[in-house]
Amino acid sequence: MITTYLFYFLSFLAIMFGLMVVLSKNPIHSVLYLVLTFFAIAGHYVLLNAQFLAAVHIIVYAGAIMVLFLFVIMLLNLNKETEPHKSLWLKASAAVASGSLLIVFVGALKNATNIPATNVANPNVGLIENLGKVLFSDFLLPFEVASILLLGAMVGAVMLGKKSIK
Amino acid sequence: MVLTPIIFKIILVLCVFGITLLVATYSTYAERKIAAFLQDRIGPDRAGPFGILQPLADAVKMFMKEEMIPTVSNKWLFILGPALALLTACMTGVVIPWGKSLIIGGHEYSLQITDLNIGILYLFGVVSLGVYGIMIGGWASNNKYSLLGGIRASSQMISYEVAMGLSIIALVMTTGTLSLKDIAAAQHGGHWNFFIQPLGCLIFIICAFAETNRAPFDLAECETELIGGYHTEYSSMKLGFFLFAEYINMFISSAVIATFYFGGYNMPFVGRFVHDPNWLAVLGIVFMFAKISFGIFFFMWVRWTIPRFRYDQLMNLGWKVLIPLSILNIVVTGVFMMRHEIMAYFVK
Amino acid sequence: MQALTNRSKVVSKKEMTFVEKLYLPAIFGGLMITVSHFFRKKPTIKYPEQKREIAGVFRGQHVLKRDEIGAERCTACGLCAVACPAEAITMTAAERQPGEEGLYREEKYAAKYEINMLRCIFCGDCEEACPKEAIFLTDRIVQADYKRNIFVYGKDLLVEPKDNPIDLSKRQTPEVKEFKHHTEYQHNQTFDKKQKIKAGGH
Repeated sequence: MITTYLFYFLSFLAIMFGLMVVLSKNPIHSVLYLVLTFFAIAGHYVLLNAQFLAAVHIIVYAGAIMVLFLFVIMLLNLNKETEPHKSLWLKASAAVASGSLLIVFVGALKNATNIPATNVANPNVGLIENLGKVLFSDFLLPFEVASILLLGAMVGAVMLGKKSIK
Repeated sequence: MVLTPIIFKIILVLCVFGITLLVATYSTYAERKIAAFLQDRIGPDRAGPFGILQPLADAVKMFMKEEMIPTVSNKWLFILGPALALLTACMTGVVIPWGKSLIIGGHEYSLQITDLNIGILYLFGVVSLGVYGIMIGGWASNNKYSLLGGIRASSQMISYEVAMGLSIIALVMTTGTLSLKDIAAAQHGGHWNFFIQPLGCLIFIICAFAETNRAPFDLAECETELIGGYHTEYSSMKLGFFLFAEYINMFISSAVIATFYFGGYNMPFVGRFVHDPNWLAVLGIVFMFAKISFGIFFFMWVRWTIPRFRYDQLMNLGWKVLIPLSILNIVVTGVFMMRHEIMAYFVK
Repeated sequence: MQALTNRSKVVSKKEMTFVEKLYLPAIFGGLMITVSHFFRKKPTIKYPEQKREIAGVFRGQHVLKRDEIGAERCTACGLCAVACPAEAITMTAAERQPGEEGLYREEKYAAKYEINMLRCIFCGDCEEACPKEAIFLTDRIVQADYKRNIFVYGKDLLVEPKDNPIDLSKRQTPEVKEFKHHTEYQHNQTFDKKQKIKAGGH
């Protein structure tokens, strides 16, 4: 029972902070609201018995990626004055694009009325041992492919960061 | 009777919180005394015998000072910064096993507030959030020195978190658990992880220095370049919060280092003479705090010995030395753990 | 160039060896140096309770001496003010009235005598110049204060208290002590002898 209430509470927080990310004028505030959104989502992970995922979510997203975002925004010193003025045409096209995305989402989720919870019966399914076993046996190929993807991204970043390539 | 464990937990939480604050308070005194002694001085000795009441005087001073909030600053974030710094500093004490279990009236009461099965990840999560306080404080001050301090702190913490995590992975490989309680218990009988993972221990300690923004990695607040760094604009108790957070971080880091690598509450030889489990638990707490005290002393000893890094040296050390070393450590540990299988493969 | 001492060291910019590049031995050495200072005896002197020994001829706050019956020795001749390189001394002279012989030794005395302690450089020239052995510098330290005008010391602070004579025995060199035996000079005569000479003269 309490998990249901927690679910609604966390969802409310996640949606509210998500809206605040979009609505706040100051980019720094946006980033901080995004961090709070991540916290709400980490709470959802905990409700789904995925503690490892929750912890990694906090460490990687809130602890590292958002710090880098904040870092860049602070360095650029963005504020209301430096915000580029967007033309009406751009605004209209953005509205159309996001509106059609919304329609796609609604259409996709319309029939999925009740998603069954897969792992409520086994509270240990999200623990690191089980996750590791699954990752290195059933999902070995996707796991390694993902690591190669990350390696490729890293090499690309190093290449971009180099001043000149001979 | 159902309520007793809850009451015990509440008492434990309050004790840990109180002791954390007390240790942080007296760390300021210890810092000044140790700095003085290392420099052939005496240090504060006016307030009370040997200056033992100096932290109280400092606290009164901190509370009484004028509260300043710069008019051009972002007021809410300006207040949020030190609050976050202190909050994240206090949150880490939850998963540390301060001692073995006490047995009162046939019931076992653990001296760890909560034993998370992902304790190490929890620690990392909280530590990685610790940078927000400094960053927000530095940015909200609307001062270029504060901003530079905040930016330095964030890039430094992100860089050293990587090496810290990699050094811990080797430890997790040998211990096979992420729970701090199990890690501490596995070191019973002098099997300290330090002897198994000396390189990992060294890397972890260096990264702990960097994560707590202590010298020689205190670039975020280096006086000679950035006035006070991220706390340039802060005054009164908000400054006190930042300083307090630093000392609490130091205390918790010492506790974590002691738990991970130096046996935690385990003590050598005492088990042969003392057999009562409650006395053993109490002695374990004493030993734990002795190790923590030495850790704090080591932090201060290093601070007053080694000069500050230059920023490029800091980044070189983090990315080009510590991370390759810790990866090497992981590989060597893995090879050592799998040596029988590897030998079997080649020998057949 | 020939080296003056053998302490100088030629800077070498040679490539560091592997052990040096590790830095850990150097760091450990540094830690050992600092911790050796930890146990060293501290040279600190806890000032108000403990005082550093000062020389007997230390030149501190001035005193205007009294003679053995308690009369002020100063006759307001102004030689100290003339000798003062910092022009710190000012005074106003007055004539001794009948009945004040116990208060002032000579017929003329200083009604006002001020030393500006902020100007004074504590050179001791006033002491040298004084023909009456009236002004001396002592081993007392001039107190610090917050306001300037407090440092203009008047007679209330300068004249030696009657009940608490200030010991100057360390300042008085053998020559001075020897000179004091020459009672043919008027200012070395004691009060009684002076009275006798006066009485004999009339």
